[in-house]
Amino acid sequence: MKYAFFPGCSLESTGRPFDFSTRAVCRALEIPLGDIPDWVCCGSTPAHASSDSLAVALPALNLQKAQAAGLPVMVACASCYARLRTANHRIVGAPEDRLRAGRITGHPYDGGVEVRHVLDVLVNELGPDRIRAKVRRPLSGLRVACYYGCLLTRPPEIVAFDDPEHPSCMDELMAAAGAESVDWPFKTECCGASLSMTNSAVVSRLTHRLLCMAQEAGADCLAVACPLCQVNLDLRQADAGKAHGPLRPMPVLYVTQLLGLALGLAPEALGIDALAVSPRSLLAKCGAVAPAGAGGIA
Amino acid sequence: MTREVPPGKEEGELTQPIPWNGGRLMEEVRQRCGARVSACFQCHKCSTGCPIGPEMDFLPSQIMRLVHLGAEKEALASRSIWLCASCEACTTRCPMAIDIAAVMDALRILAIERRIDLPDARGKQFHRSFLGSVRRHGRVYEMGMMAAYKLRIRDLLSDVDKVPQLLAQGKLSLLPNRGGDIRRVREVFRRSEEEEGKP
Repeated sequence: MKYAFFPGCSLESTGRPFDFSTRAVCRALEIPLGDIPDWVCCGSTPAHASSDSLAVALPALNLQKAQAAGLPVMVACASCYARLRTANHRIVGAPEDRLRAGRITGHPYDGGVEVRHVLDVLVNELGPDRIRAKVRRPLSGLRVACYYGCLLTRPPEIVAFDDPEHPSCMDELMAAAGAESVDWPFKTECCGASLSMTNSAVVSRLTHRLLCMAQEAGADCLAVACPLCQVNLDLRQADAGKAHGPLRPMPVLYVTQLLGLALGLAPEALGIDALAVSPRSLLAKCGAVAPAGAGGIA
Repeated sequence: MTREVPPGKEEGELTQPIPWNGGRLMEEVRQRCGARVSACFQCHKCSTGCPIGPEMDFLPSQIMRLVHLGAEKEALASRSIWLCASCEACTTRCPMAIDIAAVMDALRILAIERRIDLPDARGKQFHRSFLGSVRRHGRVYEMGMMAAYKLRIRDLLSDVDKVPQLLAQGKLSLLPNRGGDIRRVREVFRRSEEEEGKP
């Protein structure tokens, strides 16, 4: 099935490795992706916390564009995913929301465009078996803590592709890639999200807790599927260590980066060197990339 | 983990008795977001699972109780409504299916509309800066948005240490991406304001 890919603003900036790796993995797995060339911001939390009209209308504008292209939508950012799904849910469920979105965007929209997250497409459409068959360099010996965060699984009546308290789709994907996913209790605990802008101390406390728990569970790295989670856990790791006690640096990779490596894609095509905590030496140990030095990253 | 509690008071204890106002605030919240706060029976499950609980002045279940009581001033001037990370754990777990995260949104919107003197304006300023960027460019222009936000909160220095690495890794752009449908975004903002009766 072909999808219109909605990258969202983060994937054009701090989440660029998620953009590269998602496109590269889809190419390798023969999932054709189209574009919505003039997509706009989904509004994210600032919209739903400021204006109920904008919170529905901005996603609706993008969904209308996908509908015109005749394609279902695939999203990578967990926040965009939740906002687009929420808009559909409200437009389908409440006639007043549908009419208001139509008035504000200037076009009618029935909420009928399917919106799926890249994890959902990989696990539930393609399936772990077909992915396993394409793995060229299994991530043998790599212990991964799969971190889902909040908006991939909550609220379940809106996003609904995995269990809200014990999700497993990312673990299945990592197992297919040959890695070992560790059992740990903070899969769906919040990282603090956009509080990194307004109360970074809260984010430090929450990410420190998450990283310590992943370490305690024996993980070598974290796998994430949200650009905000990635930045909070990776870029702010040093701050968290300073504020709450020393941490062993732990690489935080997008699940699509890890999967891409297992599919035999080049690390450069996956943005492996664009993370704050370099995963090079860890990945070299399990044979997923050439040993440190070859890739030229400190 | 400090919570600002007035001297001689317990956490979450009110400083003034609250006159019953006939459920007006509860009804306003219901009209804004559809959530029926009246169904809350104070089981505190939302508060137990709230990741930000330690930093909040009122826990989510206490905010629900303030809405019950019509304690508009206390609810709208609380730090909690701006500390909520919208993680939806409370909404997902509420045994009465109250969309607590949506109640937090409704209270934030009411606090702005009623020009409440906020204990911490950073949340409001971040949202303004973010949406301003979307309105201008169609998509968030991170550098411009951060500069606008930091000017508004008069804190230019925090996180500046992270900028060189982000630039070197191509994760921050000096110029906005103007590929979004700017014309229609501006229409959406204008008509949203008209719908909501804002000038």
